Amino acid sequence: MKTFIQQLVETPGPSGYESQVRDLVKKELEPLVDELYVDQLGNLIARQGTPGANGAKIMLAAHLDEVGVAATHIDEQGFVRFLPVGALSPLSCLGSRVQFLNGASGVIGAEGLADENKTPTFGQLFIDLGRSSRTECPVRVGDEAVFVQPFIDLGERLVGKALDDRIGVALLVEVLREIQEQKIQSPHGLYFVFSVQEQVGARGAITAAYGVDPDLGIAVDATPSGDTPAGRKLVASLGKGPAIRVRDGSTLFDPSIVDWMVRTAEAAGLPFQLEVVEKEYTGGRAIQLSHAGVPVGCLSLPCRYMHTASEMVDYRDLQNGVRLMLELLQRPFLPGRG
Amino acid sequence: MATRASLANPRPPRIAEAQIRLLERLCNACAVSGNESEVRKIVLEQVKPYASEVRVDALGNVLAVRLGQTSQPLRVMVAAHMDEVGLMLVDDEGDGIFRFDVIGGLNASQLVAKSVFVGREHVPGVIGRPIRISEDNDRDEKLTLDDLRIDVSPDNAKRVKAGDYATFSTAFARLGASLRAKAMDDRIGVANLIELLRNAPPNIDLLAAFTVQEEVGLRGARVAGYALNPDLALVLDCTPAHDLPFWEGDSTAAGQENTHYNTRLGAGPAIYISDASTIHDPRLIRHLMETAEQLRIPYQIRQPGGGGTDAGAIHRQRFGIPSVSLSVPGRYIHTPASLVRLEDWKNTLRLAHAALSRLTPAVLAADR
Repeated sequence: MKTFIQQLVETPGPSGYESQVRDLVKKELEPLVDELYVDQLGNLIARQGTPGANGAKIMLAAHLDEVGVAATHIDEQGFVRFLPVGALSPLSCLGSRVQFLNGASGVIGAEGLADENKTPTFGQLFIDLGRSSRTECPVRVGDEAVFVQPFIDLGERLVGKALDDRIGVALLVEVLREIQEQKIQSPHGLYFVFSVQEQVGARGAITAAYGVDPDLGIAVDATPSGDTPAGRKLVASLGKGPAIRVRDGSTLFDPSIVDWMVRTAEAAGLPFQLEVVEKEYTGGRAIQLSHAGVPVGCLSLPCRYMHTASEMVDYRDLQNGVRLMLELLQRPFLPGRG
Repeated sequence: MATRASLANPRPPRIAEAQIRLLERLCNACAVSGNESEVRKIVLEQVKPYASEVRVDALGNVLAVRLGQTSQPLRVMVAAHMDEVGLMLVDDEGDGIFRFDVIGGLNASQLVAKSVFVGREHVPGVIGRPIRISEDNDRDEKLTLDDLRIDVSPDNAKRVKAGDYATFSTAFARLGASLRAKAMDDRIGVANLIELLRNAPPNIDLLAAFTVQEEVGLRGARVAGYALNPDLALVLDCTPAHDLPFWEGDSTAAGQENTHYNTRLGAGPAIYISDASTIHDPRLIRHLMETAEQLRIPYQIRQPGGGGTDAGAIHRQRFGIPSVSLSVPGRYIHTPASLVRLEDWKNTLRLAHAALSRLTPAVLAADR
């Protein structure tokens, strides 16, 4: 699985331009699922099984895209001005290397900083592609780029760009592989959605949820961890299990789903953490508000240094996330609010 | 029920005297978001002879369909918004003086001393700053709505009331190669869409949406996109050109290149890649650029960044609708007087028409 994760994170896929990552996942899924299709926004949707007597139509969603930058201007000397695509801080850009989708690479520099200890603005940053004029520059206004950083396997911990949310993508692919290899029977009809444009507002999940029209949705995403020296309270730690999200900036998750996830993890003896985050959102918000409303949950994997060139996750959280998801998918879901 | 009959011979549209006069009528009409009826009337009158089906939906969008003449044509939504940014009276303070609020993105510091029309009767008024006894001379630099009033004169006060809409009274004018008017954003898009409907290419079902409430959050386009459920959408709008000589009153900026012009006047229609509301469909962007290059129509890429068009609402409807936006660049939009170049307008209409004429299902069959 680590080899696949490495392939996933080293493939570029900024929001709106996810085709390379989509092709990689598609190739992996072809032998594993009943039906595979791409919708008009670029979401990859894999169907496995149909709902049985006590089954539901369940949509599981992880996003293909990663944060990136878009070129806004090429100046006379060949420097490229840019803006972020997704929630990217100028601080994590400075000194980073980026690669455009046409293969052109460059480094992010800054100038005009009155105080070197203060965060620069995007207006003070530029990409240097090693060219000395506009005509030589291989990049056009509007082109998107992503960070370039090799994957590092630190044993239990994995480091790479785009682990948000390629780790969620890897989790869903692994769940499908296990279903196939262990011949697991689910009472449910399962729709694995690999969505686009999450970093700019979970846009892909909106149309995917409309198309799938599920009875129940679970988002699978990376989540900021709170286990660094002065971390936030109520945020998950690396290595303590996947997090079951109760609430985030956009969604109050369905209590009956949170409860179902908690009871299932306890019954299976799997580690988990309950999580509340203030600002973040997932594809869950799009699923919840689709059609006449859909109950949603979220399984997240703690991640340090999110939206930088080097994000870090714990491999055991991923493994336990796969186990918990497999447990959930084998049990009936009994909705209802007490 | 609409039928697939030829209504007129399609031909490439062109901008001549009649089109400029129509744009003048459209710009001079008062249609602040939520109150688009003056523009809607003109649109209905213009499109009825050419459409096989016209309806006004529950929000006030005009949806006009002109069917193609080939078998299984692509269903293409083309949208332009009828509304403009403006003002609304909110409190009568007596003596013909009213407090007001803004509707859409208007900067309060640009409003003082501007002439306005208020209400259905177009009662003339002026935005004033009541004299305040203050030692703070800096106040002029940072006016807020609290500092401003609309003054219609006491004898006219009974002709208007809180809740009435108001807009700038700037009259349309030709300035050599340029056109000046209020509400060029997006009456020039409305004018383009009317011309496209009149000269619709036969290879597509043209689903024209003249939308409402764009300036307050793309609200009309949302329901129009849902209702029309097209195969793809083209949005025609007007986008800012911040292309004046660069200066910021900052010595470090002097002599530097302008890196945030958004678009430039005279550089042709602006094709969108991404803005705050949409990452436009790369296949349709490519289609527009290839069409422009093959026909030698000048075009420019609008700088990625903030702002948005009706595409922001349309592309999220139903199963996802591939969308692209094309704008006429305009200086000073969202102020009492915007300025566009006639040549940019002509090239935008040419490019839109040519791109629609060359649309085939193969464009969308490609991988996004």
